[in-house]
Amino acid sequence: MNQVTNRASGKAVMSGPDVSRAISRIAHEIVERNHGAHNVVLVGLQRGGTWIADVLAERIAQIEPNLVVPNGSLDVSMHRDDIGLRPIVPGSISNIPFDINGAVVVLVDDVLYTGRTVRAALEGLNNFGRPQAVQLAVIVDRGHRELPIRPDFVGKNIPTQTTDEVDVSADGVMITAVGS
Amino acid sequence: MSVIVSGATVLTESGEQRLDVRIDNGVISELSVSIASSGDDVVLSAQGCHVLPGFVDLHTHLREPGKEDSETIETGSRAGAKGGYTALVAMPNTTPAQDSVPIIEFVRAQGRRAGLVEVVPSGCITVGRAGVALAPMADLARNGVKIFTDDGSGVQDPAIMRRAMEYSLELGITLAQHCEVSALTAGAVMNECSCSSEMGVPGWPALAEELMVHRDIELAKLTGASIHFLHLSTAGSVHLVREAKKAGLPITAEVTPHHLSLTEELLRSFDSTFKVNPPLRSAADIEALKEGLLDGTIDAVATDHAPHVKRDKELPLDQAPPGMLGLETALGVVLSTVPMSATQIATVMSTNPARIAGLSERHGMLAAVGRPANLCVVDLDAQWSVDPQQLASKSTNTPFVGRTLRGKVRHTIFEGFVVVNEGVAQR
Amino acid sequence: MKHCRSIEELGKEGLLRLLDSTDQMAEINRRPIPKVPALRGKTVVSLFFEDSTRTRLSFETAAKRLSAETMTFSVSTSSVNKGESLRDTVETITDMGVHAFVVRHKSAGVPWQIAQWTNASIINAGDGAHQHPTQALVDCYTVREAIGRQSFDGLNVTIVGDIKHSRVARSNIAAFTMLGARVTLVAPPTLMPAHTEQWPVRVSHSLDKEIASTDVLYMLRLQSERMDQGLIPNLGEYGNRFGLTDVRAQRLQSSAVVMHPGPMNRGVEMHVDPADLPNSLIHKQVANGVSVRMAVLFDVLARGAEVNSLKEEVVV
Repeated sequence: MNQVTNRASGKAVMSGPDVSRAISRIAHEIVERNHGAHNVVLVGLQRGGTWIADVLAERIAQIEPNLVVPNGSLDVSMHRDDIGLRPIVPGSISNIPFDINGAVVVLVDDVLYTGRTVRAALEGLNNFGRPQAVQLAVIVDRGHRELPIRPDFVGKNIPTQTTDEVDVSADGVMITAVGS
Repeated sequence: MSVIVSGATVLTESGEQRLDVRIDNGVISELSVSIASSGDDVVLSAQGCHVLPGFVDLHTHLREPGKEDSETIETGSRAGAKGGYTALVAMPNTTPAQDSVPIIEFVRAQGRRAGLVEVVPSGCITVGRAGVALAPMADLARNGVKIFTDDGSGVQDPAIMRRAMEYSLELGITLAQHCEVSALTAGAVMNECSCSSEMGVPGWPALAEELMVHRDIELAKLTGASIHFLHLSTAGSVHLVREAKKAGLPITAEVTPHHLSLTEELLRSFDSTFKVNPPLRSAADIEALKEGLLDGTIDAVATDHAPHVKRDKELPLDQAPPGMLGLETALGVVLSTVPMSATQIATVMSTNPARIAGLSERHGMLAAVGRPANLCVVDLDAQWSVDPQQLASKSTNTPFVGRTLRGKVRHTIFEGFVVVNEGVAQR
Repeated sequence: MKHCRSIEELGKEGLLRLLDSTDQMAEINRRPIPKVPALRGKTVVSLFFEDSTRTRLSFETAAKRLSAETMTFSVSTSSVNKGESLRDTVETITDMGVHAFVVRHKSAGVPWQIAQWTNASIINAGDGAHQHPTQALVDCYTVREAIGRQSFDGLNVTIVGDIKHSRVARSNIAAFTMLGARVTLVAPPTLMPAHTEQWPVRVSHSLDKEIASTDVLYMLRLQSERMDQGLIPNLGEYGNRFGLTDVRAQRLQSSAVVMHPGPMNRGVEMHVDPADLPNSLIHKQVANGVSVRMAVLFDVLARGAEVNSLKEEVVV
């Protein structure tokens, strides 16, 4: 969770091409599940999910060439349930420049862990309107859920220790065991 | 039964001497290298200490009558005795003000009842300190008042001040001025300086003090009357007084321990403990005041002991009353701030103020057989720190909390009685 | 940070952090439902000993948008003088369980005094002529938005009017200077504080000399009581010399912006109708007030001492 000094060397569990293929597959699954993408909007969670949402939007555009999928971002720091319990990382600016009322919102994040970020995101979305449905796409589901939340689209399920750090980027997925 | 002070260095007309002191019936009865005690004598051990004439404070606010919740004549007297004082000049800004014989007699009687120091009432220059009509100075002088002031404020009207000085000429009294042109100090909270400007509070400009010092020097020249300047606080004032003294004018002046030691910067805390009138000034002013004290321009150290109840000092800085405690810390603050010998301390804290207040027959005398036993025994090197809970004063508004001071009063003898023994008041 | 009492206390780092955080709050305020649960369970009391509608409303709106509970203790100075002491008021309200006091008082230093009597955070909403840090944050944020860059290097800020009695001026001098601007004060000498030679500013007594080189023209409110105090002969003469007239407005650079903390005295310091000024930021200042105060409340209440202590525990 927190940056601590004595870390062992990381282990690559997905390569860059693996991540790219996972995003492509998820793009197909989104289109398939929603019978096209005409009512779909993407909302990447600040900060790890926004680049993935960007790539997803491009891939969906390749599948559905006549469609531009609206793509926004959401910062959930004001909706977290641990404000005052841990240091607040300076938030980013949310940007949802389209109407989400009646849309299918696909929340996009890099890693699904306790589920608390997603809970905060669901609450934050309420400020912008009432979607028809909300779906969740993540690259890595690392387990250890603390809330009844499950992903709709997953790149890879990867068992982890709670002390591990999981890092997702276009170059791949690294797991680093963090000593305590 | 005698009181014997044993083992001390005594300040006498022929300098510092290692002597024991025997006191009987309120006077010094024997000074010799070793005095044997008998069973019922009170022996004060004073190894490493100095016996000095008891201190005389030209400037004490005892608050009684009128503000007995901040200080009474008894608690103020006790604070004075603990500070080595045997005489306190009580400032007249009581309620009612000390502008009539009954009030003067009340203050004196309360002082006698407490029996810790001689409480010397000052008289007002003008009725009710209102600056309009002269107080009955001759009447008060006939009843023993030797020093007159409207302290708390200065006499603003130059015509009234001129009349007061002329009127005082034949009475053998001294007028004492709180130098402040109040038109220049409306709403003032602290010294006018870059600090006050940053804090956005009105300041007391040095000019407000210096204008009145200058005016009264000129009036002294014009009338021939003597004048004492209370609590000088600026380099400009020191300069004016130095020049006037060179010209031979009958002028005296005092400085407080806090104006010798604390600067305006302390107000940045917005702590009203540091609000005082005149205000704490700059480091340069402090240097000029020290120089003035050491070269004799300033005759006396006076405390301007000004107790205030906590709830008043907890008001916002601009509303809180000015003033700080001084009696119990005076010696320690002065010695920690200005390097002075035992003789110099005796001069500025006892002999000179006794002369200015007209008390030289009883106070401020160096030890000699047959002289009144108003003495203090002080350890000039003892270090101690100020605990407001240990103060005898009814109020706690000392700015010296937690500071380490050098120089402590061990015993005080007033009219031959031990009123403070090992720092503890006996009455 | 525990308190927000003066710009000096915030420091440059705190100032920049709050300005960045204000961007985030501004986004929340643009949402269809501008309310987040960030400060649920926190209680904020406005303790106003001096009348102020806009500052108080702005703080209370900010607190509500962050889901904090709000209480208002509004009192005229006279009734406090008669009754309960400041200390009793603060201790009583503290006993009710509050997390922050938003304080305005006519006496300088009150936010520091109050901090001795409560564990709650203190936010200074104006103390005498001393500080008004959230107004300075509003003003810096508004300028930053207008010029589109974070550093104020090379920016000429001219503050005009009653500097001597202005807490807004004191906070703004500190804040603008911290961000790199060159600040010039323009006022008649009677409305200038004593001993400004140590301040990081230039002092001028002529608005006409400064106006053409000004990038940010900051007009202060002139209160008519300054005339009664003999600090200026009359409001007309003041307006002629130090007011923003049409002629002066035309001499402003095309990029220059005009600001005023409000409420304006039309016909005294503001001869032009600000609506006629192409680059007036006066409405933006008011609009940004809520976002800035949300950033301050969040910073004080969500990053308080308890967070710092926990942070250490987690890392060890």
